[in-house]
Amino acid sequence: MMELDEVDQQLLKELQRDCTRSASSFVDQLGLSQPAIWRRTKRLYNEGIISGKRLVLDTEKLGFSVTVFLGIKLARKGLVRLEDFERAVTAIPEVQTVEHVLGVYDYRIRIVARDIPDFERILRRRIMTLPGAGEIESNVLLSEEKRQGPL
Amino acid sequence: MLTELDARILRIYQSAPDIPMAELASKAGTTLAVLSRRLARLRLNGQIVAKEAIINWQILGYKVEVSLRITLDKTHQLAFDNFINDARKIQEIIEIQTFLGKVDVRLLLIAKNMDDYQKIYREKILHLPHIMEIEPLMHIARVQNNEVLPV
Repeated sequence: MMELDEVDQQLLKELQRDCTRSASSFVDQLGLSQPAIWRRTKRLYNEGIISGKRLVLDTEKLGFSVTVFLGIKLARKGLVRLEDFERAVTAIPEVQTVEHVLGVYDYRIRIVARDIPDFERILRRRIMTLPGAGEIESNVLLSEEKRQGPL
Repeated sequence: MLTELDARILRIYQSAPDIPMAELASKAGTTLAVLSRRLARLRLNGQIVAKEAIINWQILGYKVEVSLRITLDKTHQLAFDNFINDARKIQEIIEIQTFLGKVDVRLLLIAKNMDDYQKIYREKILHLPHIMEIEPLMHIARVQNNEVLPV
């Protein structure tokens, strides 16, 4: 497990919001030299604390006004191979995230659609026909907030 | 709306946020000058919001991830506001989403281990206001997590 000091945490908080910032832009804020900031940033990437980057898009402005989370329960467990279900579900373009969970559902899936009729089309043609899909619960996303976490 | 070129740029850029601009331009079939103009326009329109670093909480020692699906007592007018305000104060909560459906709110919680989770659950989560029902989903695996929009 990695230990982060206060400066690392501050740096991580900022990069979590905007990872395009240069080392020099942190000099005043963190009170460290540019090479020192550069080294710390590099370490965050090298150690895998930052596992990747994400381009954040405004879904609404790009024409996707509906985001729905589906809870899916597999029917006849044991007969369905998880790999088959996972391969089929990840191949659907509108599916953004797929999480294997333990609880009332087996999978938690995030999908985007242009509007409600589009959502209905995806649900009927793509989701309900997935191999092994049983009970499905839909919750339409109204608001979403990502928090910075324990930093 | 998006031009065909914009859509191409976003498709490639989303799946490779680290791509060098020259490569992005050639893959999208355009010049660097045109690409910079299109990206500037997409940012100005707020279609591209940011580029953020993704934190791997596991490496920082947070091994447990739980979705808490919560139903609130909606007879209280400020149930949502009060609940969300208090939830924001809990550092281990990294996502707050509200829904139209069977579930009202979902909190994504991270914890170092099961003992830590139990402690946060009993000492922090159960004290949040207006909760009617809580249903946990334990995350086993992320099958897909790119949040790519099918533009």
